[in-house]
Amino acid sequence: MESFLNRYRNITVLLLVIFAQLVLLAVQVRNDQDVRMIRVWTVTAVTPLARVMEFLRGGSIGFVRDYILLHDTHEENRRLQSELDKLRVENNFLKNELNMAERAKALAVFQEHTPSKTVAANIIGSGAGTNSKVVFTDRGSTSGVQRGMAVVTPDGIVGTIIESYPTASEVLLITDPDFAAGVISQKTQVRGTLKGQGTPLCRVDYVPFEEKVDVGDWFYTSGDDRVFPRGFPVGIVKAVHAGQPFKEILVEPSGMHRGLEDVLILLEGVHQTIPTEQLAFQPVYIAPAPPNAAPGPAEPAAPGGTEADKLRAHYKAVGDAQNHKFGEGLPGSKPPDFNLAVKPGQGPGASAEPGAGGQGPAAPAKPTQPPSGPAPKPATTAAAPANSSPAPGPRTPAPASTPGPKPPAPASNNPDPSQPPIPSGVPISERPHNE
Amino acid sequence: MSYSGSERILLNSQREGQVSRFSPWVLLLVPLAAILFQVYVPLFFQFLGYLEMPLLVVVYFALMRRNQIGGLLIGTIVGLAQDSLSKAPLGMFGIVKTLVGYFAASVGVRLDVDNGLMRLFLAYFFYVFHQFFYWVMARALLAQQVAFELQRTLILGLLNAIVAVALFHFLDKLRETG
Repeated sequence: MESFLNRYRNITVLLLVIFAQLVLLAVQVRNDQDVRMIRVWTVTAVTPLARVMEFLRGGSIGFVRDYILLHDTHEENRRLQSELDKLRVENNFLKNELNMAERAKALAVFQEHTPSKTVAANIIGSGAGTNSKVVFTDRGSTSGVQRGMAVVTPDGIVGTIIESYPTASEVLLITDPDFAAGVISQKTQVRGTLKGQGTPLCRVDYVPFEEKVDVGDWFYTSGDDRVFPRGFPVGIVKAVHAGQPFKEILVEPSGMHRGLEDVLILLEGVHQTIPTEQLAFQPVYIAPAPPNAAPGPAEPAAPGGTEADKLRAHYKAVGDAQNHKFGEGLPGSKPPDFNLAVKPGQGPGASAEPGAGGQGPAAPAKPTQPPSGPAPKPATTAAAPANSSPAPGPRTPAPASTPGPKPPAPASNNPDPSQPPIPSGVPISERPHNE
Repeated sequence: MSYSGSERILLNSQREGQVSRFSPWVLLLVPLAAILFQVYVPLFFQFLGYLEMPLLVVVYFALMRRNQIGGLLIGTIVGLAQDSLSKAPLGMFGIVKTLVGYFAASVGVRLDVDNGLMRLFLAYFFYVFHQFFYWVMARALLAQQVAFELQRTLILGLLNAIVAVALFHFLDKLRETG
């Protein structure tokens, strides 16, 4: 028996185990009761591990998700960075396009309004010299460009054509040391010669030391050089130093403020007027005259010119009071009485000839004043100086438009009094132009 | 050294080389992990519920140990544990896995169970056997009218066999050498 069991031990154990489980199964099925003990053991053995796994899963799932999210975030960040770079490039491109369009528009407006015959040109290259300020344009002799023509932008002059080729032309910039042009100051009509220095600033030579030029004054082309027509902006005075016999004036050119890409070549230059005194942008309120103020010429205001101007105006008033015209009498004739007291109504501002003296700005024939009596509305000037008085002196420009008596023509170089004065510093493309 | 002695040594050596030994911790934790896998993982990955991990573990240990009693005991314990965590009466999985453990150990004595293809075939066979025998017992002992889906069983058998090959390869690392 023992040998039999040994021989069939495995199958015997199998049968016993199977039988035991069958009995277990039969008991459960028959009694419809569960063997709770075995389940409790199993559940007790398994559930702690399940709890640990759940703990590990719950703890690690956040890390895994965060890691994945961070990974995605990194990818997204890289993608967005790439997109940002692309948009930056696109933005710069569009800015350049917009800037170019604005320049082209300004150029077109200027070209349309300027009386000179012009041809638009693009700067296509620069000169090779270290100190020379030379550029090349894409317009040449086939476009009618000739040597000696002026090159301008809406903001001011740029240079002159020094060589014209069939398809291109060479422009000597105003900053080149070899450049020179005749200029005139806007405020005091002082003439000089603009010269380049090879630096961003140009120099105005041959301005006598006694002439009055201040920082901030504008210089315009005078037309004397027969290259640049009169009236094109040149630049603004940045520094004025006293010198003997000439002042040392440094001017910042205005023609290249917006970069030098598009220019106009003046095929046929037409002289223009130089804008009058630089005026304030904001309109200035002028109060009505006092009720008991006597109509008539106002008292001359504090003269604003030089001592010579004052003296000249005084003599003129003295001459007018005695019906004497200077320069008409023969030598030896009786001179006017210079000790004669001049009445206020015969002040120099009342009779000074516009533009007398050549370079000086025109003085109004009659002082500008508000209408006599109470005005229905306060008058405002479009661009009168803030400190101007109703009775300006010889060098005080007339307001552009005031109610009441129309002011006289401001200057001989401004034949169109209806045109409002143009404040300096405003690009020509944004200013009104003579049609 | 006599011829018979050297023949016995060779036989013993060959047998020692074929019988795998495992640490008691491995014999305890791996079946427990398999049951845990069966219970826990399908909560989050439902498709993994088709994997019969306890069965695969029983087949592996029975094949590798080549001990029929050991194989049937492992099958019994794992089967009863699986019964305990299921709604079925205790003994259903126990009896089936006892038979699987016994037959697997019996086959392991005669076949080269280190061969991957043989492992694939044996895992496939015992899966189908397990499913079929469970169905028979459910109908015979519990009078449950359960349909046996042969095609589904064959496909899942193949899936389990493929997983078994990888699992067996991993469990081979846990064998004690020497």
